Amino acid sequence: MPRINSPAELEEFRRAILSKRDDKRPCITLCSGSACHATGSEKVADAIMAELESHGLKDQVDVRRTGCHGFCEQGPILVVYPEGISYLKVKPEDVCEIVSHTFKEKKLVERLLYVDPNTGDKSSHEHDIPFYKNQQRLILGLNTKIDPKSLEDYLAVGGYQAMAKALLQMTPEQVIGEVKQAKLRGRGGAGFPSGTKWEFARNAPGDQKYVVVNCDEGDPGAYMDRALMEGNPFTVLEGLLIGAYAIGASEGYIYVRQEYPLAVDNLTVAIREAEEHGFLGKNILGSGFDFTVKVHRGAGAFICGEETSLLQSLEGKPGEPKPRPPFPAVRGLWGKPTNINNVETWANIPVIINKGAEYFSSIGTESSKGTKVFSLVGKVNNTGLVEVPMGMPLRDIIFKIGGGVPNGKKFKAVQTGGPSGGCIPEEYLDVKVDFDELMKMGAMMGSGGMIVMDEDTCLVDIARYFLEFLSDESCGKCVPCREGIRQMLKVMTAITQGKGKEGDIELLENMAMATQGAALCALGKTAPNPVLSTLKYFRHEYEAHIKEKRCPALSCKELIAFHIEPAKCKGCGSCLRKCPANAIEGGKKTIHVIDQEKCTKCGTCIEACPAAFQAISKLSGVPVPEPPAPSARALA
Amino acid sequence: MCMDIAKIDNIIDKHNAEQSSLIQILLDIQSEHNWLPKQALDRVGERLDVPMSRIQHITTFYKAFSQVPKGRHQIHVCMGTACHVRGAQRVLDTISDAIGIKAGETDAELKFSLETVNCLGCCALGPVMVIDGEYHGNVAPAQSAEVLKNYE
Ligand SMILES: Cc1cc2nc3c(=O)[nH]c(=O)nc-3n(C[C@H](O)[C@H](O)[C@H](O)COP(=O)(O)O)c2cc1C
Ligand code: SF4
Ligand code: SF4
Ligand code: FES
Ligand code: FES
Repeated sequence: MPRINSPAELEEFRRAILSKRDDKRPCITLCSGSACHATGSEKVADAIMAELESHGLKDQVDVRRTGCHGFCEQGPILVVYPEGISYLKVKPEDVCEIVSHTFKEKKLVERLLYVDPNTGDKSSHEHDIPFYKNQQRLILGLNTKIDPKSLEDYLAVGGYQAMAKALLQMTPEQVIGEVKQAKLRGRGGAGFPSGTKWEFARNAPGDQKYVVVNCDEGDPGAYMDRALMEGNPFTVLEGLLIGAYAIGASEGYIYVRQEYPLAVDNLTVAIREAEEHGFLGKNILGSGFDFTVKVHRGAGAFICGEETSLLQSLEGKPGEPKPRPPFPAVRGLWGKPTNINNVETWANIPVIINKGAEYFSSIGTESSKGTKVFSLVGKVNNTGLVEVPMGMPLRDIIFKIGGGVPNGKKFKAVQTGGPSGGCIPEEYLDVKVDFDELMKMGAMMGSGGMIVMDEDTCLVDIARYFLEFLSDESCGKCVPCREGIRQMLKVMTAITQGKGKEGDIELLENMAMATQGAALCALGKTAPNPVLSTLKYFRHEYEAHIKEKRCPALSCKELIAFHIEPAKCKGCGSCLRKCPANAIEGGKKTIHVIDQEKCTKCGTCIEACPAAFQAISKLSGVPVPEPPAPSARALA
Repeated sequence: MCMDIAKIDNIIDKHNAEQSSLIQILLDIQSEHNWLPKQALDRVGERLDVPMSRIQHITTFYKAFSQVPKGRHQIHVCMGTACHVRGAQRVLDTISDAIGIKAGETDAELKFSLETVNCLGCCALGPVMVIDGEYHGNVAPAQSAEVLKNYE
């Protein structure tokens, strides 16, 4: 591979790549992101190869394996170009028809198209599907166009243009000025202005400086950093290079959680290719700028996402946070000035340099510019990654893009910001999502997890869940966090088990305040947020648990019972066959009965009971009715 | 179990026996053996010249490390928020009942190890469990226990 020594050579190289490409040439793009991989995209890929071979089309059709497209719910996703026809939930056995119909006869395979569950309308192209139509995919969009292992693909869509521009046409101060003017705020959680942070690191005294990518992504239920790193490691790397130039760093680290092996693989390839082409190393593009980068795998600890811990971990130590100041910008890795940003933050940089601060800051709200990728998950029809301009109302994200709550259930709340965030109830669905509005709601942007909950989700249990997570993940260094979370968890667990006492709510509030005030790092300081926000909006649910020993959502295991209504039971035996605990008694043409002692409350029987009968229900706060005497169970 | 010290040395050499690569070295050993045998830790301590107390601190601090052997089959149940709201706890409880061990444990015959994880990145399929690297999405509790019967 040739080393590229100047922007002119880069453009020449790009032209050579583009001249080999033909927009009209047929191409199959197959999503191979984590979710699609799990639903069998590997087998679909094999089938595509075999099918093309057997039709003698192998040299006429390109096949491209990409990272996550976002609409994971509908995977594996296959897109046929040049038309851009989008096929969903593709199975290996569908490939034959796709090749013969779509490629040979130019016809659609109707059954693989998206069908709007509300209107029954079919969409043949990605941009017609409501899930995509209402998004603005500034960052994620490229995922669908490139193979994450192909530098050529990235160059074909304009890759490394921003780096060339920054390195050769801009001074470091101008780059920082552009980022400041764009008003980019960090996407890792707190939303600190990135340009300002860069400036601190640039102005900090010291010859050796470092830049770091934070891809620890410990937030449960969020996976956008993963999708970006796996699907488009180039953009993150390009952003990092530009930042390093602006700050004056000659070395960078990419901290990736070890649970993301594909991200590590793709990144490693991207780095190797960049080295071979001279995008890393000495005198990049003849600009005089030198930069090298290393990948560091995390070893599984949520606290390692916190920047001071992450730096400890990079040095090969246990990831325990340190008090700030001094901030990493002044004294970071090995005591040197260090700038650390989230994956998505870095990925925004090439966009800002290419399109300019003015374009970037025209998107979003007054205080939050650009787009944000959310992981829209939980009880929502269209689960996946969505990228929207800042300021889009929650309602539009959840209902227009997400398609609302499945199975005719009622929307109850949405949890944003992960363990440091909070729950937002239905009456505030029109809030415009940006850093400050969410904060006002007692929630948070966090990394962008958005977990939708329906009437079956118990908010008290959700708050308990986050405390349990944080109690496991607290590094234990400071007492307020270690003990505060543990004690709150104890009280919360008792409440969800029906052992709550009068005064528990006030006790929780006190402990929450103390922990917030006294913990050393943000993990401890924000740990009470889920408790406080659920107390604020769902206090009545706490009270039902404590005073009536009742779980209104019929979810807390200790407070519910499963019951077969004798009048509805048709004796079909479906529940009995499925019950893993052998807790159901019955026989042919007899009313079935649940042995409450044996029942583990797994819920299988409810799903097993035919929809036409619906004989099984959940009870809470009321005694389970006595079953009919054995002699009275026979059905006519 | 017999340890291949040459293999451990290889891993250490790959990282130039640098102290700062301690975590990376332990990760490589862990993925080779599925756990960290005492002998391997001794060797790492010796070659990197770091005290055993620091190695112990690292191996207990980070979740990726295990100092006990793992079972032949590794079950990971996702307990991330998305999976949690879709009933992951019931899946975990049912599996736990079926194989008689709790999360974080390995059974006496070294057949299964049961672990929980926080988000596998395919929340759309929740609840998700992974057995020996194979993903099972939208699993119902009873079905999860059923699947385990296929493992020897
Ligand atoms: C407990 C804890 C966990 C965190 N986890 C992450 C993480 O997984 N990824 C991330 O980018 N930032 C995480 N952060 C935020 C980082 O400390 C830091 O603010 C961020 O990486 C800065 O990048 P930004 O300016 O681009 O947002 C975490 C913070 C805390 C307190
Ligand atoms: S607040 Fe918690 S996580 Fe942070 S330093 Fe204290 S104990 Fe560790
Ligand atoms: S909830 Fe589960 S254990 Fe209880 S009766 Fe139903 S299937 Fe059996
Ligand atoms: S992994 Fe294929 S769409 Fe997300
Ligand atoms: S929460 Fe289970 S895969 Fe994301």
